[in-house]
Amino acid sequence: MAVSDPAARTVRPVAKPSSRSSTYKRKMSLYGFLFALPWILGIVLFNAYPLIMSVYYSFTTYSVLDPGEWVGAGNYKELTADNTFWISICNTLYYTVISVPLNIAVGVGLALLLNMKIRGQGIYRTLFFLPSLVPAVASTIIWLWLLNPQFGLVNYVLEQFGIPGPPWLGDEHWSKPSLILMGVWGVGQAIVIYLAGLQDIPQDYYDAAEVDGAGTMRKLRHITLPLMTPVIFFNLIMGTIGAMQNFVLPYTLTNGTGSPANSLMLYVMYLYQNAFNYLKMGYASAMAWILFLIVALLTALIFVTQKRWVHYQGKD
Amino acid sequence: MKNATARRIRHLAAHLFLILFGLFFLSPFLWLVSTSLKPDTELFLWPPKWIPGTFVWSNYPDALDYFPFFTYLRNTLGITVLATIGVLLSCPLVAYSLARIPWKGSKPLFGLTLVLMMLPYQVTMIPIFIVFKKIGLVGTNVPLWLPAFFGAPFYIFLLRQFFMGLPKELEDAGRIDGASEPRIYSRIMLPLCKPALLTVALFQIIGSWTDYQGPLIYLSDEAQYTLMLGLSSFKTQHGAEWQMMMAANVMITLPIIILYFVVQKAFIRGITFSGIK
Repeated sequence: MAVSDPAARTVRPVAKPSSRSSTYKRKMSLYGFLFALPWILGIVLFNAYPLIMSVYYSFTTYSVLDPGEWVGAGNYKELTADNTFWISICNTLYYTVISVPLNIAVGVGLALLLNMKIRGQGIYRTLFFLPSLVPAVASTIIWLWLLNPQFGLVNYVLEQFGIPGPPWLGDEHWSKPSLILMGVWGVGQAIVIYLAGLQDIPQDYYDAAEVDGAGTMRKLRHITLPLMTPVIFFNLIMGTIGAMQNFVLPYTLTNGTGSPANSLMLYVMYLYQNAFNYLKMGYASAMAWILFLIVALLTALIFVTQKRWVHYQGKD
Repeated sequence: MKNATARRIRHLAAHLFLILFGLFFLSPFLWLVSTSLKPDTELFLWPPKWIPGTFVWSNYPDALDYFPFFTYLRNTLGITVLATIGVLLSCPLVAYSLARIPWKGSKPLFGLTLVLMMLPYQVTMIPIFIVFKKIGLVGTNVPLWLPAFFGAPFYIFLLRQFFMGLPKELEDAGRIDGASEPRIYSRIMLPLCKPALLTVALFQIIGSWTDYQGPLIYLSDEAQYTLMLGLSSFKTQHGAEWQMMMAANVMITLPIIILYFVVQKAFIRGITFSGIK
């Protein structure tokens, strides 16, 4: 039967290489595993184990000095009654909800201007990018001085326009706007991303629109902005995650106090304070998981809205 | 004709906007440099003075005396070099396995890498600290560079995408010739991904150089401080001596700016990459 079946005859010569290919496969599996080994260890040591322990700690009163005891949902319950916890959530959401869209608007706007073929384009691009290279601690010091209520440059400029300058970081209503302003100064990296997005838009679309008699504004409204939405979407997600975790700027601005009146007490600062100043590691672990949930929720929310406003090229 | 005028007006408006916003982006830099060169008598003038009456260049060497700059510099460089070596050794190795070696684990491992890229630092921060505390490494710089030797998800992702873009014939030819996998990797693949490696190195250098939260958590002895920790304690100790703080600030920020101008392309590539794919 095997002889009469032409298919069977072709199978036989294949049989030999297939045993060779199985040793080849085994060899590849071994090499694949060995090459990835550092990262497999990294996942276990620096991600999986800490994740599991973090869940466990969040149900205990663990501190470095004291092994602590199991308190069940105690930390989470205590958090709901913790006033500073709620303040820090409100502060962080306030900061995120204003600073992320503002940075996107400024970033896209500047990228559109920087994408025009005008003289000095390179100089402008460098100029807008450089501040994003300044380390957060350094930019803290620069802005503390610029926003100094009495001798700061910002209030001097405002005075020239007849506007009495606010006390900025010294006032609980102006401290978060100050922080948001500092964020805008560092928008350069996002501009680079938007510029790359702009350069990906095929010239054909514009040519076709011009034939149809579309002006600058209509091209912007119906071609450029819709095709920029995937990049804006990406920056919205990354910006939100980053803003929710903002730590260095408010921490160094206020020497970790979050003053005035806890107005700069952002979520991660309070988490840090609990973990490393009060050594309430269990409590802080619970906070970390709540942060994770909030971030995941916000990200999911943005993803859900995606269908309504994000247009991918090649799709409708 | 009409088109040309319209374009000229458009360009003029663009310049106007760019200059206006440019002033907002540039003036903090100018103010930083200007303040760093002022005598202390000119700090609190109203109206403020843009150009110092006398240029006090000695603010720079004086600022170095305010804090052990060179010790902090050495500490920072030590961490930066070790962490950069760490990611350069581990990440391309892993990326090669994920992108070019046909094996069962590559897909799930890549998926896991993407998920871990999104994980907030704070979730693992505390347990990792506790482990380092238990083995007695808190107070040393080891926790600041050791994890780099075990891969970092973003760099692995970046390098994996780069490896994916190389033609498949490369390692097939090597494999048919009987070259071993480590040989194909080190002789063919690594040299080809030099530009991507440069980007990874650059990001890690800047990351380590400007890191604040890590050193803040792990270092307590001033003799081990990094430049960022030193700068922030400089601020709490000499908060009113703006000219000194600004001089220190310039010296700490300038290396990054110089680095940017030297390897601009690798920089832009990395940022663009992080935003597009």
